[in-house]
Amino acid sequence: MAKSIKLRAKTKGDVATVKALISHPMETGLRKDKKSGKPIPAEFIQEIVCESAGKTVLSAQWGSAISKNPFFSFRFSGAKSGDSIKISWVDNKGNSDSLESKIK
Amino acid sequence: MNHNRRVLLKGSLAAGAVGAAVGAGLLTPKAVMAAWAKDAFEAKEVNAAMTGSMGSAEASASDKIKLKAPDIAENGAVVPITVTSSIDGTTHMSILVAENNTPLTSTYELGPTTEAYISTRVKMGKTSDVIAVVKAGGKLYSAKKEVKVTIGGCGG
Amino acid sequence: MNKIANVLTTALLVVTPFAAQATPDEDLKEFREYFYKKFPDTPKNDFINGVYSIDPASREQWEAFEEFPSYEIFVDKGEELFNQKFANGKGFADCFPNYKKGIRQNYPYFDTGSDKVVTLEGAINKCLTDNGEKAYKWKTGNITYVSAYLAYMSRGSKFNIKVPNDAKAMAAYNRGRQHFYAKRGQLNMACADCHYHYAGSKIRADILSPALGQPTGFPVYRNKWASASVKGDGMGSLHRRYGGCNKQVRAKPFKPQSDEYKALEYFHTYMSNGLEVNGPSQRK
Repeated sequence: MAKSIKLRAKTKGDVATVKALISHPMETGLRKDKKSGKPIPAEFIQEIVCESAGKTVLSAQWGSAISKNPFFSFRFSGAKSGDSIKISWVDNKGNSDSLESKIK
Repeated sequence: MNHNRRVLLKGSLAAGAVGAAVGAGLLTPKAVMAAWAKDAFEAKEVNAAMTGSMGSAEASASDKIKLKAPDIAENGAVVPITVTSSIDGTTHMSILVAENNTPLTSTYELGPTTEAYISTRVKMGKTSDVIAVVKAGGKLYSAKKEVKVTIGGCGG
Repeated sequence: MNKIANVLTTALLVVTPFAAQATPDEDLKEFREYFYKKFPDTPKNDFINGVYSIDPASREQWEAFEEFPSYEIFVDKGEELFNQKFANGKGFADCFPNYKKGIRQNYPYFDTGSDKVVTLEGAINKCLTDNGEKAYKWKTGNITYVSAYLAYMSRGSKFNIKVPNDAKAMAAYNRGRQHFYAKRGQLNMACADCHYHYAGSKIRADILSPALGQPTGFPVYRNKWASASVKGDGMGSLHRRYGGCNKQVRAKPFKPQSDEYKALEYFHTYMSNGLEVNGPSQRK
């Protein structure tokens, strides 16, 4: 589960733009296996938390309609190059991962 | 595509190594959130989805919400959507796909210095309105755009 | 005397445009000019972007993807695999010593020693088997990750496929050329029908991409491959796509890395000479 998150964060002035690409199936639970006909169990990220320099800058709740290998991007001000940026996720099965990096 | 991208790749792998050490699957206490809004995400109607995620189904249409989405999605499984709100005091944003079985795709709570800007990729089951709802000053505002979803001709 | 010879040669070329003995360079010149004329608003170097070089609406979506493309996940996987040592202590870098400078642009090439077309995938698997490792499957998975990494490291280099002055090399090139222009399948269509004559036109809701520049972005991350299957991660090799295209005209596909597809890739990539490597790429 480690290393599921790819992160790019850089500042322009005091605004940081954060882009994340997460390796995750985001399976809805509505599909069936073509061979066996059995439903493929739901497996999707439900919670996302983004923190920088000790503060939560974004918290999000996702449903299974967010695409596979999800991408998301957001911006916040008051950011400095070198500040920490941390993205964490938890899915419906209780799996999780997080990545901490520095804003460029 | 330029050669700087090679350097970027090396840098991001290094960050990944740090992340793996720091992450280890643990979330900080601050990161434990409110329980996942099951009712909102399982709601089959837009109104119920809005009420569940934003507290109400009443939103005024606003041209201060910019909803960027393709006219015709290349692939309904990955439709790039960007929502920007220039309404002062925007605190929450939600993205809904009206014709999906369960319209609510995601909902966002912005930090105090976070811009009202979200970009992501969503699944659309068929041609539908994509609806962006934002909460600012306790009130709801919305914007929508129809995105067509077609079946391709080349498959494979 | 030379002037008369030139005029006569030109006249012959004009009269018989598909003369069996046209050289690869003559083919290339004509191929490019056809597409430049068909799509005058597309900058010549932009054909590497396929449909996105000729359709603004889908280009906008592709540019949204390029902000953080899904294939980067697989370039990372490829890098990991590339750097893993084999049981005998060697690694891929021993087979591809120039990989940092860029190597993708030289594949496929004709090996006059073995009289075979050598593709990048072929070279990757040869590296594995030469070193006592198990070869990868040809269409999906590890082979696409390693070739994605090598393509990514080669970005910016210009394709430089060579057809040496050798009868067997020319035969392979011509076999590929023939495949491209020959009708096949129940639908009786040639690659050229969609990607040459009708490039830019619609086939149901898809826009047909021009053949010029097509192989430059492989291996490819196709949204369709990613979303359609559960296990599939979206990555696929060029021969995977060839097989798919053959199936779509209801022709029996050839096997990946078969002589037929290698010949096709040889001709097809030669026609993209001078264009930049931009693999891996994200496509519909």
